[in-house]
This record gives sequence, structure tokens and C-alpha cells, in this order.
Amino acid sequence: MSLKYEDVIEKYEPVLGLEVHVELGTASKMFCGCNTIFGAEPNTQTCPVCLGLPGALPVVNEKAIEYTIMIGLALNCSIAPFSRFARKNYFYPDMPKNFQTSQYDEPICVNGFLDVEIDTDEGIKKFRVEIERVHMEEDTGKSLHMGGATGRIHGADYSLLDYNRAGIPLVEIVTKIVPGTGKYAPEVARAYVAELRDILRSLNVSDVKMEQGSLRCDANVSLRLIGSDVLGTRSETKNVNSLRSVERAVRGEMIRHAELLNKGERVVQETRHFQEDTGLTRSGRSKEQAEDYRYFPEPDLVPIVPDAIWIETLRAALPEKPSTHRKRLQEAWAVPDKEMASMINADVLEIVEETVNLGADPTKARGWWLGEIARIANEKEVAATDLPITPKDVAEIVALVATGALTDKLARQVIEAVIAGEGRPSEVIEKRGIKVVSDDGALMVAIEKAISAQPDVAEKVRGGNVPAAGALIGAVMKETKGQADAAKVRELLLKHLGQ
Amino acid sequence: MAGISRDDVANLARLARIDMAPAELDHLASELGVILNAVARVQEVAGQDVPPTSHPLPLQNVYRKDEVIQSLTPEAALSAAPASEGQRFKVPKILGEEA
Repeated sequence: MSLKYEDVIEKYEPVLGLEVHVELGTASKMFCGCNTIFGAEPNTQTCPVCLGLPGALPVVNEKAIEYTIMIGLALNCSIAPFSRFARKNYFYPDMPKNFQTSQYDEPICVNGFLDVEIDTDEGIKKFRVEIERVHMEEDTGKSLHMGGATGRIHGADYSLLDYNRAGIPLVEIVTKIVPGTGKYAPEVARAYVAELRDILRSLNVSDVKMEQGSLRCDANVSLRLIGSDVLGTRSETKNVNSLRSVERAVRGEMIRHAELLNKGERVVQETRHFQEDTGLTRSGRSKEQAEDYRYFPEPDLVPIVPDAIWIETLRAALPEKPSTHRKRLQEAWAVPDKEMASMINADVLEIVEETVNLGADPTKARGWWLGEIARIANEKEVAATDLPITPKDVAEIVALVATGALTDKLARQVIEAVIAGEGRPSEVIEKRGIKVVSDDGALMVAIEKAISAQPDVAEKVRGGNVPAAGALIGAVMKETKGQADAAKVRELLLKHLGQ
Repeated sequence: MAGISRDDVANLARLARIDMAPAELDHLASELGVILNAVARVQEVAGQDVPPTSHPLPLQNVYRKDEVIQSLTPEAALSAAPASEGQRFKVPKILGEEA
């Protein structure tokens, strides 16, 4: 029987720390000209530099430095006038060089912040997340653990390495500890990663696909007794690959820590792996034995001393902040705060915007993405944006409803069919023979039938009780299997009954 | 200049996954100590006014353009590998650590 979240926050104060790794969207790798295409055949994007062959010399990709400076500026950081790469030495075959080129005590960007907002029962709350550093490094290769039963490293007989990803430019964004979030820690963690993702997307420096690993979050969590200023021992949860998981991982770790502390046990400082299916973490590498990476400045690379004019040019060219953009959309669309928060929370704001840009009415576009489509997404346990329905499909459906070619009910059928893979809306409508019955003759037959089935209701309407007509309209809609235009039915019915 | 202790060598051997006999640890501790002391003497030559450098040439901001060049073929990439399977490098099982 696990502890309730309410009991955890009554006694403990969570302290968060977040490390986000983002693969930059450069065409070539960080230190060599190899391609960076995701999902390429194994070891087709490697060369002597990224394989760490003797004598190979790395050269820094200028675009990667530019992107990193842009990220730093967007996160309100100072850009270091002098920074260097360092070797992080470790013996693990995901890097063929036996070290990862990273930055140690001289990162490119330091001391920034990012403000996030969360929607709570007490209204919209703001939190400032301070950024300690933004540094450059390179991604590692991918390991496949073979043999054994689990596909995990324990019990594996051997491992297979694909170095296509090794050397792809990676930026690590590290927050300072985030105190004072209280019970909102899981939501703040999620909102921070979401806001960061939106900023990175607006900068166009990464495709920020969490499911493909181009944006990865490690969540550090510790608990301290409320009122105490002694920090607890933290755990670091890796493998957190969706916004929802960030929130679940933080909440789960808070509960796990509290259970240990309540029993008088101690939290072990270690790396834990998030399990998507259970929402729990399992123990990975213990950090009790201090890591010894023996960092030293990389002798094959020269220092980075960015020109002040370069920095200011990049600063001047920064795009509109996502938060400003959202405010502008909210005003243009006249959306109430709560509705706006729902869209952000459901992560459909961008797709609604695309739908509106294709000509759809903002309220209608929002209604479909937050309504029917979100419902189906929920059922399938995927994000609405991952369903095989596009802004163009939704814009088309909105237009068809507006012209009366579809009723809301028929539109829902079309949406379901599009998601089921039956084709684009026009194809679904044609294949299924969906059309609004607007032929007066056909509608009158259904109306007569409804009246004869409920003569007492018809009598009430004749007597002036117009709202009673609802029952008859419902019967007609049922008779026409939802293919009638309800407004038209109402008009014909009332006229027929002398109203 | 502090030398290198037997424990330092043992720790490095553990990190490097190199199995070393006690006699080898003793031997290497003294040998590495000699090497470190030799390097330390070079350090003494530099005065307070010489900042530590990571590079022998007075260069900074050496960049390449973000352009893709031809990679090795997978066959060439794997040609020096002791073992491969499914176009991937094959390595012995990795114990005790998980990335």
C-alpha cells in the first residue's frame, strides 16, 4: 500500500533539479561532417573522427555553437567570453574514444532563468526556474544488449554498437535547484520541460522529439522536512521521454522517497530508470562510489571566444517568446484563461494554431482538438498530436460543418474514420456516403413519423410550448441517423405545427 | 608534487576494467610516480605570469561549416573491429554499469 501524495506534501518539501539534453538539428555532427539522420541504417554515418580512430582530428561545427548561444540567450543566460571543451573520461563502449567531448568548468552559457506558469485550483501560478548552465557536448552511440531474457544489460551475453548517433551535437541545460514548488513540483517540472521545448522549437535549433530522444529529461528529486533547511539525498531519474512522464516521474519519486524516510530508511544517491508502463522507477547505477571522469581540457580543440557582435546579432534575431506568442493568440482568439490552460496542458495549442491558420474558426478548431480528438487520444493513450489526423483534416471538417454539409454528429463520425485510417475527410464522406439530409420531402416523412409516435408532445408544441419540440427533433435526428441538419428540422417542424 | 598512491592505481584499474595483480599495482604506482614527477618539473618552469594552456598554438575559434561530407561505408567502419554482427560493433558484455 503506497503512501498518498497528500501525505507526502503535508510532511515534506520537494526540491527539484532538472537536466535536459537536446540534440541540435544541425545537418552534420559536432566535430565531423557525418550526417545526423535519425533512423539511418547502423554505422552508415561514421568516420575516423566520430569512431575515435588514431590520428583523427575534430573540428567544431560553427552552427552548433551558434545554436547553443541562441539557446543561452533565449534562457536569459550570460554568454561566456571564453569557454573550452573538456574530455570526460570513462570506459564504456557507447563512446568509441573512451571519452566524451564535453564542457566542464567553462560552459558556453551560465546563469539564466525561465519563467513557467501552471494552472492550479488556486488560479494561474508562476514559478521562476533558474538555469545554472547550458553546455555543449556530443551524443553517444546506441547499444543493443543481446542474449539474456530481458534485453537489459544485466544477463546480456554481449552488446552491439551503432555509432550513427555518436558525435551528434548535444546541449545540456542544467537548472539550479528549484525550491519552493511545494505540492506543485510535478507540474512545475512538466511545465518547465514543455516551455523549454517550445522555446527550442521556436528557435528552430532542434526537432525536440521526446519520443525519438532528441529531447531527454533527467529529473533530480529530493525531499526535506517542511521547515528544515537540510537538503535530502537526491535520486536522478533518467529515461523520462514524454511530458506526462516528467510529471509522473517526479510524483513517483517523491512518494518513494517519503516512504523510505517515513520508515527511517535512507534514500540512496543513485541513477534510476523511469518505466513508462508502470510509472515507477527502478534502480540503475549507484552513485555512492563517486564517479571519476578525470576531466581535462581537450587538447585537440581550441577555445571558443565568441565575438560580441555575433552574440548581439543573434540576440537581435531571437524569435518571439512562446509565452508572448501565446498571449497574442489568446487575445486574437478571445480565449478565456482556463480554456487556454486546457490547450497548453493537452499540448494542442500549436496544432490548433495550424488549424486556424488553414482557415478554421478558432473556437471550432479548439473544440474539435480538445473535444472529440482528445477523447479518442485519451482512449488510445497517445497524444492528440500523434493521431493520424492533421490540422488540414480538421480545418476541412470545420469548413464542412460551417457550410452545413456536415452536422456536428456526422463530423464526429468523419473524425473517427480519419483516425481509423479510412482516408482524408472528403474520401471518408464519399466512401461512407455521408451526407446531410436536407431534402424537405425526406425530412417531412421523418417529421410526420415522429409526430404520430408522440402525438401528446406535438399537441404541446401546437399549444405554444416550443421547447417541447426538442423531443420531436431528437426523434427525427434518430430516424435520419444523425444525417439531418437539426436547425432545418426544427424550422420545418415548428412551421408544420403552426409555430 | 604528490606522487601517485597504490590506491590511485587500483582505482584507475577498476575504472578501466583492467585486472591487475598486487605486484603490478606496486610496480605501476612507483613508475607512474616517476613520470608524474618529471611532468611536474616542467610545471615549475612556468612562472606565475604564464596562464595554463590547453593547446600549444595561440589559436581560438577554429570552426567548420555545417556541411555533410561522405561518411565511411559500414564495411570500412567495421573493418578494424575485432567482431561485428548485424552491421554493428560487437563488444563483450558490460558489467556492473548501465548507461
